[in-house]
Amino acid sequence: MSMRTSKSTRLVDSDLLIIGGGMAGCGAAYEARYWGRKLKIVVVEKANIERSGAVAMGLSAINCYMGMRWNENTPEDFVRYTRSDLMGLVREDLVLDIARHVDSTVHLFEEWGLPIIYDEKTGRYKREGRWQILIHGESYKPIVAEAAQKSASEIYNRIMVTHLLRDASDKNRIAGAAGFSVRDGTFYVFRAKAVIVSAGGATHVYRPKSVGEGAGRTWYAPWSTGSAYALLIRVGATMTQMENRLVVTRFKDGYGPVGAWFLALKAVARNAYGEDYERKYVEQQRELYGSYVDAKPFPTCLRNDSMLRELKAGKGPIYIHTEQVLDTKEKEELGWEDFLDMTMSQSIVWASQNIDPKTTPSELQTSEPYIMGSHATCSGAWASGPDDISPEQYKWGYNRMTTVKGLFGAGDTIGGSAHKFSSGSFTEGRLAAKAAVKYILDNSEYRPQLDNNGIESIKEEVFKPLENYEVGKNKIVAGTVSPLYIYPNQGVVRLEKIMDEYAGGWSTMYMTNEFMLNRALELLRFLKEDLASIAAQDLHQLQRAWELHHRLWTAEAVVRHTLFRKETRWPGYYYRADYPKLDDDNWHVFVNSKYDSDSNSWTITTAPVIHIVK
Amino acid sequence: MPTFVDISICDGCGKCVEVCPSDIMHIDKKLRRAYNIEPDYCWECYSCVKACPQHAIDMRGYADFCPLGHALTVLREPEKGRVSWRVKYRNGSIKNFTFPIRTTPFGSIKPPDSFPFREDELNSQLLSHEPEYLKLPARQEVSSK
Repeated sequence: MSMRTSKSTRLVDSDLLIIGGGMAGCGAAYEARYWGRKLKIVVVEKANIERSGAVAMGLSAINCYMGMRWNENTPEDFVRYTRSDLMGLVREDLVLDIARHVDSTVHLFEEWGLPIIYDEKTGRYKREGRWQILIHGESYKPIVAEAAQKSASEIYNRIMVTHLLRDASDKNRIAGAAGFSVRDGTFYVFRAKAVIVSAGGATHVYRPKSVGEGAGRTWYAPWSTGSAYALLIRVGATMTQMENRLVVTRFKDGYGPVGAWFLALKAVARNAYGEDYERKYVEQQRELYGSYVDAKPFPTCLRNDSMLRELKAGKGPIYIHTEQVLDTKEKEELGWEDFLDMTMSQSIVWASQNIDPKTTPSELQTSEPYIMGSHATCSGAWASGPDDISPEQYKWGYNRMTTVKGLFGAGDTIGGSAHKFSSGSFTEGRLAAKAAVKYILDNSEYRPQLDNNGIESIKEEVFKPLENYEVGKNKIVAGTVSPLYIYPNQGVVRLEKIMDEYAGGWSTMYMTNEFMLNRALELLRFLKEDLASIAAQDLHQLQRAWELHHRLWTAEAVVRHTLFRKETRWPGYYYRADYPKLDDDNWHVFVNSKYDSDSNSWTITTAPVIHIVK
Repeated sequence: MPTFVDISICDGCGKCVEVCPSDIMHIDKKLRRAYNIEPDYCWECYSCVKACPQHAIDMRGYADFCPLGHALTVLREPEKGRVSWRVKYRNGSIKNFTFPIRTTPFGSIKPPDSFPFREDELNSQLLSHEPEYLKLPARQEVSSK
């Protein structure tokens, strides 16, 4: 009867294993092959790298480009910007490291065939904003994937990695990963000397604003399921900034991004009465959040805060006035391409509601919270920085290595380094890969040892939901209601409700406090226990079951971090109602956590924020 | 729902199943044609729509907030390096757009190990193709402070 015993196991050996074939993973594969000519480099991807990750559907801008060739910006300028946008708290060494290399990544993309738009007058890339350039990015991901396909020794598509594997003789050293094929159910064990996790951040941790089909239209990809964090947490990697979840202001419902409209087209946002509200509350904000309100540009979270104050005052809807800026055919095309390249749903909203952006403004709204490491937010693993610029406290070995030996990260996985976006994530993949190759060559004697008993119990755990279904289904006539199990999607809905109501979701206007967070932990603990009773009818649902695992571990980290930081650091992302002020005297620090699997306990500490750029 | 498949056009080839980032395009076992098994995990990313050799897949906006009567259809032509969109409004008005997607032939990227190997740079901060590809004016060094 037991279905798990029928699943065969396949062992794949490699020198370097890259988990997740999005922007960061593709960058890692390319760079690893450049420096590690003779190494076996394996990429494992949950979907198909041709169209996977957050850039699957395309992108209309590259949001991280210095333009050093034209003296447009210096890497230090970028650190100052990122720091003030994140209310003072970034790992400046990591941000600076990306900034000093990101231009070479973008030039490589252009050589590969990514169409970058030029400004005919200046002969330079056309700027959307200070850091952003415009591209024709429909095929951004297939282009980048092609480079990875030509770099990796082997690519395994449709494998959901569920666990990282530690070395049998050294608990704090990585030796591989395990997962299963979503297509044929084979259990995969990847043995590797070094691992780079370049998996995705997390959507559907918080309840989305849409309630039915539209729940698929989260702004960040629904297939970003927190593997970037859960995989690492479970093997004891130290995590940072997990409380720094992201809320974005977007076109309502379609979640079309606002960057091109505000920055390139110079559209303005107004309340329903036509009033400019962005700086309207600046004195109240200064009282609570200090001099951060004087940062230019106005920090992303504070722009949300202004909008939320306006909505609470009953001044909505908030409109973005597209109709005032589409006066030429070029501008109209730019506006449409912005969405047709990366958020087609927004165009569908326009078409279905008869909104012509040339004549009619569109509503803006704030999104549900997401957990990411690559946008105006920086949740993720605590990583070692580059030799030449990192202070001693931020350095214990190889660049982008986590606190677990041989375990590297890039993109959404690495914390403290905001505003990477697509180009910065690819660049961080390159940085991690070069360091990982060096680690592999420096440790050429190392042979990863897997704990076979441990792997057998992981295998049992991985396929348990199929067995739960086979056993439990006989108790009921039909349907989805069983006293013995819940389906993955039922678990996700419960998770979303807990996080939304208690941990600063949109239904409380992103408000939480100590009591609510403790209640969230209590309810999350029940859900964690119920993970043993998740049922999956098929391999697709088994993937969803493991995505739920990853989302839940991510959520727990978010709540624990949020509980620990007794201040409101990022108003507009979330508010601690019991500590409504930003408190630089006590909290100008990182909050770091570490989970210990032996004792099933978390340790939470602080780490200093060291400023290396004036 | 967000993607839907025209039963009279789909031939069950499975290209959409191969490419879907969300693993929600599956083949119906009885009809042997593709369909979207989980519309509320569909991002409307159009990966399957663009990949379908029969042009059998289209999008109907999310029922939560999209009134009926609209259409957004696409033709991606990699060999011509372009993508074309047709927007049909509920009120019947039409807009057409065409954008470039790539400036080089698909498949033309040179693998990283086709470039000379600079073993001496393994311990430096430089990445592959650097410093050349940074295109810094006047051979400015990679900033370290």
